[in-house]
Amino acid sequence: MKVIVPVKRVLDYNVKPRVKADGSGVDLANVKMSMNPFDEIAVEEAIRLKEKGVATEIVAVSIGEAKAQETLRTALAMGADRAILVTAEGPVEPLAVAKLLKAICDEEAPGLVILGKQAIDDDNNQTGQMLAALTGWGQGTFASKIEVDGDKVQVTREVDGGLETVSLSTPAIVTTDLRLNEPRYASLPNIMKAKSKPLAQKTPADYGVDTAPRLTIVSVAEPAKRQAGAKVADVDELVTKLKAMGVAK
Amino acid sequence: MKTLVWVEHDGSAVKDATLATVTAAGKLGEVHLLVAGANVGGVAEAAAKIAGVGKVHVADDAAYGHALAENVAPLVVELMGHHDAFLAPATTTGKNIAPRVAALLDVMQVSEILSVESDDTFTRPIYAGNAIATVKSSDAKKVLTVRGTAFEKAAAEGGSAAIEAVSATGDKGLSQFVGAEIAASERPELTSAKIIVSGGRALGSDEQFHALIDPLADKLGAAVGASRAAVDAGYAPNDYQVGQTGKIVAPEVYIAVGISGAIQHLAGMKDSKTIVAINKDEDAPIFQVADIGLVGDLFKVVPELTEKL
Ligand SMILES: Cc1cc2nc3c(=O)[nH]c(=O)nc-3n(C[C@H](O)[C@H](O)[C@H](O)COP(=O)(O)OP(=O)(O)OC[C@H]3O[C@@H](n4cnc5c(N)ncnc54)[C@H](O)[C@@H]3O)c2cc1C
Repeated sequence: MKVIVPVKRVLDYNVKPRVKADGSGVDLANVKMSMNPFDEIAVEEAIRLKEKGVATEIVAVSIGEAKAQETLRTALAMGADRAILVTAEGPVEPLAVAKLLKAICDEEAPGLVILGKQAIDDDNNQTGQMLAALTGWGQGTFASKIEVDGDKVQVTREVDGGLETVSLSTPAIVTTDLRLNEPRYASLPNIMKAKSKPLAQKTPADYGVDTAPRLTIVSVAEPAKRQAGAKVADVDELVTKLKAMGVAK
Repeated sequence: MKTLVWVEHDGSAVKDATLATVTAAGKLGEVHLLVAGANVGGVAEAAAKIAGVGKVHVADDAAYGHALAENVAPLVVELMGHHDAFLAPATTTGKNIAPRVAALLDVMQVSEILSVESDDTFTRPIYAGNAIATVKSSDAKKVLTVRGTAFEKAAAEGGSAAIEAVSATGDKGLSQFVGAEIAASERPELTSAKIIVSGGRALGSDEQFHALIDPLADKLGAAVGASRAAVDAGYAPNDYQVGQTGKIVAPEVYIAVGISGAIQHLAGMKDSKTIVAINKDEDAPIFQVADIGLVGDLFKVVPELTEKL
């Protein structure tokens, strides 16, 4: 079966985000950008399914600015077979991303779409579920384990109380949680090879999708800062403080 | 405005996360609740007692037994024919269902709201809480998930809402519940605990995590949390994880033991009232947010602390 893996280019998780002075957003000029960590996990899972002989082809898709090509090349270097870049100016909201992915699913007829559960920039946690709604397919969100068996996929989900397992009929949508796998690094030869793998360039208009945002960002501000408090010298002083707070008797 | 709130429950009791969501909904207008599940008459009765609720819609059907989004979303969409906003707590259940509802309604969801500024304007955290965005929705109907720590809990008693049965929308046959491993614990639930003791990678092993963190937590009547590193290493189960991609907590006291204070961890606990950090590295970032810091080797300090409390 074919597997589609959408990937997003985001501020690298090691970079501390800085709010722009004019309050219009977070400063992304001259900072390191990388593939959203959850999407790396999604790409890795697709590759493992291919290595197991379950997946036959992996198509990486990115929606965003032209530079998202780099992110797609990373996915190709990891092991995706080909890529589709839908170039769009400005931010594209999860709902519009889901509509574009739906159109791509109509064309590609995948057995599985594996997405990150959230992007670490907007922290929305929506796209996979929205795509599942639009395609009318089942959804296995926050996956820590995926097992494909014939036309069913069994997904173990990380839920608030522990773990839950659901069985979905394929085609289906899966979103990844942190413990699904540990993504590989692309080797140098594979990075070279990725340069010649096919990458199709599209626009939202090609799919007839309107990407106009529904939400207006009124402002973006720094959260209230916490002040560092005092250090205590030893356990006795800590105990005294905790008791003063009424935490311990 | 008429709002519909997803009631999170375990089949018998209403979960606390629902109460904060009721408060958020109350800021928008009239509050109606949706109780969906199998044999949930008792839950509906409990929900009807929540203060400030106008009506409880109950969908009692086997198809809703495990809150599968594929079955529940069409039910919510049906009810949204006569409601203006759908609000769900930002729990794993709420996060699973709400976006499916939003897409079916052709609405762009606003995730994890921290405040209601007006009928259409909300604040929400982005970049692991390193920035707070104020967003205005142009959609006619609103779909929101609500961060539980950002709103006061509505009183669980005092209301007397009418209960109305709604007809089920059936099993869509897309997904099936297979099983669950839900940890039973005597300790308080992480997201509603007053005190939390959290352990990090420094604990070194599953055995040491439990030998050091558990007795301290028990002494304080605290819940136990963990960093991602501790969970990934198998010292603690996944439902202990606090952070950007784990649970968001804001207890009275949060005690971080052998946790460095990565932004992804801080995202989940920096709204705690008092933060206590125990770390052997005096430059660990956790000390920048800690009200009380103790520099020391946790293997010495924690047993001594447990002993002296
Ligand atoms: C996409 C993504 C999502 C993430 N989500 C989360 C999340 O939700 N929650 C989360 O926690 N992390 C999350 N992380 C991981 C995060 O970046 C850190 O890697 C993690 O929080 C580190 O855990 P830690 O503090 O236990 O380990 P470390 O960073 O290794 O820190 C261990 C600390 O213990 C101290 N120490 C060592 N030995 C002793 C001793 N004997 N006594 C006292 N102190 C000692 C050290 O000084 C150090 O400060 C995420 C990362 C990514 C990329």
